[in-house]
Amino acid sequence: MATLAELCIVACSEAFRGNGEIIATGVGPVPRLAASLAKLTHSPELMMTDGEAYLVEDPVPLGPRDYDDRKAAGYLPFSRFFDSAVWTGRRHAMVTPTQIDRFGQINLSQLGGTHKQPKTQMLGVRGFPGNTIYHPNSFFFPAHGPRVFVEGEVDMVSGVGYNPAKRIAGGNYTGVDLRLIVTNLCVMDFGGMDNAVRVVSLHPGVTFADVQSATGFTLADAVQGETPLPTAEQLEIISRLDPHNIRAGVIKDNPPAHGSMA
Amino acid sequence: MLDKRMSAADMVAQLSDGMTIGIGGWGPRRKPMALVREILRSGLKDLTIVAYGGADVGMLCAAGKVKKLVFAFVSLDAIPLEPWFRKAREAGQIEVLELDEGMFQWGLKAAAFGLPFLPTRVGLGTDLAELGGLKTVQSPYADGETLIAMPALNLDAAILHVNRSDWRGNVHLFGADVYYDEWFAKAASKTFVSCEELVDRMEDHYPEQAQANVFERCFVTGVVEIAGGAHPSSMPPHYGPDMRAFKTYADAAREPGNWPEVSDRFVGASEAEYLAGIGGKEAVMQTPLAIY
Repeated sequence: MATLAELCIVACSEAFRGNGEIIATGVGPVPRLAASLAKLTHSPELMMTDGEAYLVEDPVPLGPRDYDDRKAAGYLPFSRFFDSAVWTGRRHAMVTPTQIDRFGQINLSQLGGTHKQPKTQMLGVRGFPGNTIYHPNSFFFPAHGPRVFVEGEVDMVSGVGYNPAKRIAGGNYTGVDLRLIVTNLCVMDFGGMDNAVRVVSLHPGVTFADVQSATGFTLADAVQGETPLPTAEQLEIISRLDPHNIRAGVIKDNPPAHGSMA
Repeated sequence: MLDKRMSAADMVAQLSDGMTIGIGGWGPRRKPMALVREILRSGLKDLTIVAYGGADVGMLCAAGKVKKLVFAFVSLDAIPLEPWFRKAREAGQIEVLELDEGMFQWGLKAAAFGLPFLPTRVGLGTDLAELGGLKTVQSPYADGETLIAMPALNLDAAILHVNRSDWRGNVHLFGADVYYDEWFAKAASKTFVSCEELVDRMEDHYPEQAQANVFERCFVTGVVEIAGGAHPSSMPPHYGPDMRAFKTYADAAREPGNWPEVSDRFVGASEAEYLAGIGGKEAVMQTPLAIY
């Protein structure tokens, strides 16, 4: 029987469908498995790295393996990542920020306090400002709740969203392209009025009211149905890509896909 | 023959209080940690540190050497949040200029080319411009686009750890990724390089690998051989990151949480003493490469 994490991997992989010859980057086990699954099933034209520097045509599995197991088909080190992938728009990244708000603004840098003295210092903005102004981005959250989907705005805007008040006049924002949000409860997109976040599918056993009450801002209801369960073929590929079952640790208690909220 | 050999102590003697110092590498990878340790053993203070940060930044913050930090992240990969950096930030102990990773290398390139800034879209629509005091410029052409003017990150000095060098500063950098070491070297008034292997004349030893000369010797001020000099960070293909050492270091930020009590273990009175404390150079060379 499929787990909720596996259902999320399949849902996340849809973000990469039909993207063309671009770098698919999934940061974290579920997004990474999703990008790999997309490449091995519906979108073989996707490009990806081994997580270090080499482009591979066979996605590398998660977790311990021999260093030379990956077979390099190309080369995309950090030293040319901005030149080739990010600043040319030839990439779609799926990441897990600490906070996201109704504008799709994200935060990975700090919580609370001031910039001079944050209450909690996290990673820093990393590449989020550049990623979000240049290429498509999607998000995965393993624990959908109001501390992640915040009321108001994120504490530190590390990634560009659709907030008109934040946009310096005259700037070029045509590259801002937020796609899917997949969580342990549902799938959402930015297809509402003025790019408002809307729920497009609910995982089995979850209601729109469940999602709304776990979210700090008002969601649009555009539910078209239930998020599909993984197929046997998808499950087989996922288990091959994650031989150490790292995906079992992503969502609390690793619940089954079917009726997880019941 | 130009001979740029000098000791790590000689290199640090050329630095002074208040300088802006760039540190090569990326997170816990290819960090010139032996040179960082030499700075930690010195009386240097009030430094502005410019780095894709790992334990280099954490240690310098913990030791109170840092007045200001220019950064996009500070991380130890498998230990995502650098605990000593975190402590310094949450205590409000350092000034910061927080940048996107791509803006950061853009600022190094502006410095390398002697430009006041380079234009970019990156930073628009985020808090970076306001928090960092970054200004905008308008394209003088028909498009009239408004762009962030990423200021040059001019460095008084850069420190790097490379795979090989010769006495004249002909360096070889290889391994899976050499990150932005080239641009740190070119953005700096002086660049000090430690290396895994030092040879007299590169052309007599590795003439077939000249493509690994990622930046030219006119950007190198001094060289020193320190095998294992990136420890505990990784130096592919020679050795991987010492995650056990990083864990001990991270744990010490919680308990006892006081740098002077633990600095001996992570810095040592000399590099020889430090290396002895971790099982010698041989132990470093046996650390497996990281799987990402």
